[in-house]
Amino acid sequence: MNLHEYQAKELFQRAGIPVAQGIVATTPAEARAAAQRIGGAVVVKAQVHSGGRGKAGGVKLANTPEEAEEKARAILTLSIQGLPVRKVLVTSAVDIASETYAAILVDRAVKQPILMLSAAGGIDIEETAHTNPGAILRIPIDLTTGLLPWQARSAAQKIGKKGKEALAMADMLVRLYQVFWSEDASLAEINPLVITKDGEALALDAKVSIDDNALFRHDDLEAMRDTADETAGSILARQKGLSYVPLDGDIGCVVNGAGLAMATMDLVQFYGGKPANFLDIGGSSNPEKVVAALKIITGDSTVKAILFNIFGGITRCDDVARGILTALDQLTIDVPLVIRLTGTNEDLARKILAEKGLTATTSMDEGVKAAIAAAQGGAQ
Amino acid sequence: MSVWVGKNTRVVVQGMGRDGSFHAKGMKEYGTKVVAGISPTKAGESFEGIPLFATLAEAVKTTKANTSIIYVPAPGAADAIYEAIDSGVDLIVAITEGVPVEDMLGVWDYLKRVQSVRKGLPRLIGPNCPGLISPGQCKVGIMPGHIHKPGKVGLVSRSGTLTYEVVHLLTQAGMGQSTCIGIGGDPINGTNFIDALAAFQADPGTAGIVLMGEIGGTDEDEAAAYIKKNVTKPVVAFIAGQTAPPGKRMGHAGAIISGGSGTAAEKIRAFEKAGVPVARIPSEIPGLLAKAMKGGKAAPKTKAKPAPKKKAAKPAKPAKPAKKTAAPKKTTKKKAAQRPVRKARAAKTSGRKKRK
Repeated sequence: MNLHEYQAKELFQRAGIPVAQGIVATTPAEARAAAQRIGGAVVVKAQVHSGGRGKAGGVKLANTPEEAEEKARAILTLSIQGLPVRKVLVTSAVDIASETYAAILVDRAVKQPILMLSAAGGIDIEETAHTNPGAILRIPIDLTTGLLPWQARSAAQKIGKKGKEALAMADMLVRLYQVFWSEDASLAEINPLVITKDGEALALDAKVSIDDNALFRHDDLEAMRDTADETAGSILARQKGLSYVPLDGDIGCVVNGAGLAMATMDLVQFYGGKPANFLDIGGSSNPEKVVAALKIITGDSTVKAILFNIFGGITRCDDVARGILTALDQLTIDVPLVIRLTGTNEDLARKILAEKGLTATTSMDEGVKAAIAAAQGGAQ
Repeated sequence: MSVWVGKNTRVVVQGMGRDGSFHAKGMKEYGTKVVAGISPTKAGESFEGIPLFATLAEAVKTTKANTSIIYVPAPGAADAIYEAIDSGVDLIVAITEGVPVEDMLGVWDYLKRVQSVRKGLPRLIGPNCPGLISPGQCKVGIMPGHIHKPGKVGLVSRSGTLTYEVVHLLTQAGMGQSTCIGIGGDPINGTNFIDALAAFQADPGTAGIVLMGEIGGTDEDEAAAYIKKNVTKPVVAFIAGQTAPPGKRMGHAGAIISGGSGTAAEKIRAFEKAGVPVARIPSEIPGLLAKAMKGGKAAPKTKAKPAPKKKAAKPAKPAKPAKKTAAPKKTTKKKAAQRPVRKARAAKTSGRKKRK
């Protein structure tokens, strides 16, 4: 789960990481009031879950409260990477002397958290990682000790910071690791970490992603979830424990297991179709999950055919078949349904489906081809 | 022969709740020696003839269990793995899905210190995996046993049902399996592709290998490089998620293309560069493997010859004339595959990391 900048900065502040004073606003008038309270020049920043906010015109400097109102009005009408801006963060403007990139994240290859630091702050770190990996310092962090102050100081020195600046930066990095670890973050990033002309170190921006699997022990973070951009389908999927990723094709896929669901998407594409989604109903089947899955998929108006791909192991094919029949009773499904079932209790499943005149194939390839034909209006 | 589980495997089940007891029964029915279950509240009783104990240490001492399988729900899963590491079993299979990444970082940190003094043991497989099976001998997991068939194909995969799909295809094609290992779909897991490849290479009962990867991370890339250097048995690879959008988690916690890396295309390229044929779709796997096993290793390791890429749009079994590789029929065994040496850092002796 990604946090907004203002939410991440709350975590930073609690951990003692200096940030510029900021106030969240949802209307131009609120932005004006916020600028008034902060005083002096401010920066108005769009709060959306996407990168490239600056390039999209979502970050603007305002010298007066009136100007802040005006800029906020413009930003609040923007959509950045398809996401409408609903909130802005009004924050005091600072005079920047230097910018640094700093992040703590999990390095999968070494199975440790690492500190990533680069003198090229404010940059696109992903791009730099590809084009100039040498410009990024990577320090593995031992779990027993955490990020040690001397490691942080030495890292700051290595990227050219000296004296007090290095100390101030090192202090922020140690605290950043504390935020990372205590909040179960998968990423805690400051980009840029700036030194102001007054010699102060500040987190000018903040990005924190929380490990979804750890949210059960962070009610306060769960409460920060912003569902405004989620579709009804995504929300239902989360509530029912289904993995769902909408895509832009027209064949709705319902599959058990993530690997098989990915392979199903790939196969649809391989045979010339386009998947409308990734949807994993999970390992143990209960008919209710099947109903929820069909509700999600039928809520997507671009879907022209629905493909079930079930390999019964722990998932019992008869449970899935019952779920399909229940869903047909509860929902109006006016697109063709193609079912592939094999494995545990498949014969029973076939009998159940036959009650409603439905049939099922046993081969994944055949199922996918039939779904594509159905979506093209060929096979019904 | 088989890898990691076989006739001598004695299983203890941690977490005898609804799932744990269901699968304990399933494993027993398959013929696995399920010798104990752990249930702090039902210790002293038994379930389907399996005695229940309060602690793992007691169960291991009493029943000589050497393998633990974990069904404990995610919030307590890491604790169960620590208990298993401390119990002295040789193999730990963690089925649980949804274990927090930080918990696994802690487990890994502790595990590698124990492994450094116990010569690589215990081995942890998973979490978020279906377990492993040596058909006809022993099943330590949740897979449907009946689709498997004893044979010479070793299979290692990051997924569950997709693995069943391919096992089913192999069995239908008459190609039985020596051992099928699900290493799990999490970003931090106990066993990786290289561990499994080394074991298959060393196992006389395995003649060909199927490796099933997916998007996210670089485990496949490292596996490809390892194969080129160390594996003489034929390998066929498959990568799921070729059409997955970047930045989205595809069900598995580890299946995410982040920062433009971990794409299927990247991994496929790595295998092709290493001379490993890559199936475009699952149903191509048995055919490609049969061909590779017939002709010895698909490509000589010195010349990075591209994998036999079939251009034709024909999906199903590539019934092309058997390909004659430039390599000698059966590459002689290079050297006994050694257990991959972990980057064991100076063993820290302070106690295991406690959260907050």
